[in-house]
Amino acid sequence: MSSNRLTNFLVPVFAVLLGMIAGSIVMLVSGYDPIAGYSALIYGAFGDSYYIGETIRQTTPYILAGLAVAFAFRTGLFNIGVEGQLIVGWLAAVWVGVSFDLPKVIHLPLAILAAAAAGALWAFIPGFLKARFKVHEVIITIMMNYIALHVSNAVIRSVLSDKGFKSAKIHESASLQSEFLQSITDYSTLHYGIIIALIGAVVMWFLLEKTTKGYELRAVGFNQHASQYAGMNVPRNIILAMVISGAFAGVAGAMEGLGTFGNISVKAGFTGVGFDGIAVALLGSNNAFGIILSAFLFGALKVGALEMPSSADVPTELVDIVIALIIFFVASSYLIRLLLSRFQKEGK
Amino acid sequence: MGVYETLQIIVPSAIFFAAPLIFTALGGVFSERSGVVNIGLEGLMVIGAFTSVVFNLTFADRFGELTPWLALLVAMIVGALFSLLHAVASITFRADQVVSGVAINFLAVGLSLFLVKKMYGKGQTDQIQIGFDKIDIPVLSDIPVLGPLFFSNGYIPSYIAIALAFIVWYILFKTPFGLRLRAVGEHPMAADTMGINVTRMRYIAVMISGALGGIGGAVYATIISRDFSHATISGHGFMALAAMIFGKWHPLGAMGAALFFGVAQSLSIIGQTIPFLKNVPTVYLLIAPYVLTILALAGFIGRADAPKALGTPYVKGKR
Repeated sequence: MSSNRLTNFLVPVFAVLLGMIAGSIVMLVSGYDPIAGYSALIYGAFGDSYYIGETIRQTTPYILAGLAVAFAFRTGLFNIGVEGQLIVGWLAAVWVGVSFDLPKVIHLPLAILAAAAAGALWAFIPGFLKARFKVHEVIITIMMNYIALHVSNAVIRSVLSDKGFKSAKIHESASLQSEFLQSITDYSTLHYGIIIALIGAVVMWFLLEKTTKGYELRAVGFNQHASQYAGMNVPRNIILAMVISGAFAGVAGAMEGLGTFGNISVKAGFTGVGFDGIAVALLGSNNAFGIILSAFLFGALKVGALEMPSSADVPTELVDIVIALIIFFVASSYLIRLLLSRFQKEGK
Repeated sequence: MGVYETLQIIVPSAIFFAAPLIFTALGGVFSERSGVVNIGLEGLMVIGAFTSVVFNLTFADRFGELTPWLALLVAMIVGALFSLLHAVASITFRADQVVSGVAINFLAVGLSLFLVKKMYGKGQTDQIQIGFDKIDIPVLSDIPVLGPLFFSNGYIPSYIAIALAFIVWYILFKTPFGLRLRAVGEHPMAADTMGINVTRMRYIAVMISGALGGIGGAVYATIISRDFSHATISGHGFMALAAMIFGKWHPLGAMGAALFFGVAQSLSIIGQTIPFLKNVPTVYLLIAPYVLTILALAGFIGRADAPKALGTPYVKGKR
């Protein structure tokens, strides 16, 4: 049993190492210096307090997006629609942020709750269709992503602005931005969202591991027939799992709307945070603590990459290649497990 | 503006927008009929678009008028090779097929933009100079009323796409190869018992989907965007995926759905010039393909059933 646990821990570590090695091969082949590239990456992620602030800021939505994907995974669902749920959450948070004037203790939680509700609603549709009509959630959530993108753009143009390209700034009372956090990190865009993200991780852990409902949700994901035989309401649990997952995604959107940007602009394409959430969840083994670590890694990769073109002349997209390869290696963990078991046998 | 004039705007532009979707959706039909989910169609289109644009820019001087065709061919080969990654991960290493497809999409965008920056020093290529010619199909374009609508002043790849749908239908439903491919997707163990090499069939199917996805992306880049950047292929692969499902995993259905999505796409762009659509906000036309796909899947427009073994790796000897 303990060697199994060790393998579960080693698979993501090996995947990251293999991904980084493959990334350095890509750099070598295309005539860049991998050592300079990776040093720039590390400097750009942790080099001084400003970079650390940016890395933590980027980690914030990644944790929540990762939790959203992982919550669905743990309950036997694949929520590829985190991106869309994040966008509607972002929209709802900003909408509440600009249209009310309330004391902060009410306004800020209200804006975050609105984001959670919007994300939950967006995820309810695929959950309902899965429970009622047995339609596969992957396709529906992909379609919902595009609907979210176009609908939110239309709302920004027609409701939140006068045919403009971005909404007004949210009121101070709904903002997560913090002068204190900005000042200790040399005026990065770090905001209080990271606390909410960490609370989110605890909530997911508690919900899944320590409550009866969480046990039920996992049971339904594991074996629908057995759960039904045991007297659980399978359709309701599927919908609930999707709704909770969507709520996490919506809050991830609120982090962008209330913390990082303070408004919402018309988008030509996706933010990518929701899709990166899939990578975060996979690498974090769908475990709340693992997700915090992997979100931090991806946050560092993404922020550090911005330093690569100027100091090592390497295009930022190298990091996207590395992330894609990490996903491949985690997904093909059969291969890594096979290699590990060979090593272990030889060791004996 | 009369109905006929309106149709004269809508129909050709719908065919124009549908062509890349048809190619890619047909690729999806191959892969999914063999039991392998291919969310990676988007990435395969990206690779195809990238390859064709780079080839076109590099070799336009040498090959002249032949360039776009050779670019299509090269994009096809590169697409097939790229899809090998998906095949190896999802068939041999039994990776979750959806996850592997997601990785394909990430990798395609990352790799192609990385190379664009490496080669051109900026995030966007130049415009290609040599594209496809517009033609009138002989005989068919002389048919009154329908001729000018469907068979005149179109790009050759569009007509190839439509013809290909019929060829794919023939291959899948009228040849032993097609029967085997479908058997592998419905009940791999039964197929294996009958002596069909499940792994090989699935590899072939995924690589065909890569080849067709590559062509789809190349066609899009050559006739619609004419350059390559991060925004060249934005969701067209997913739209092709939707077309395939909307078409119930059937080549002709996929083509019909792709044409229909082409109408929606062209309306969202040219809708402002058509009197009775002027007041419809474009957002409805933009989301129409996706909403319709959801409705189709929910069973409001007939029942759509996926191949039985879709998404499950085949492990020999496992029941």
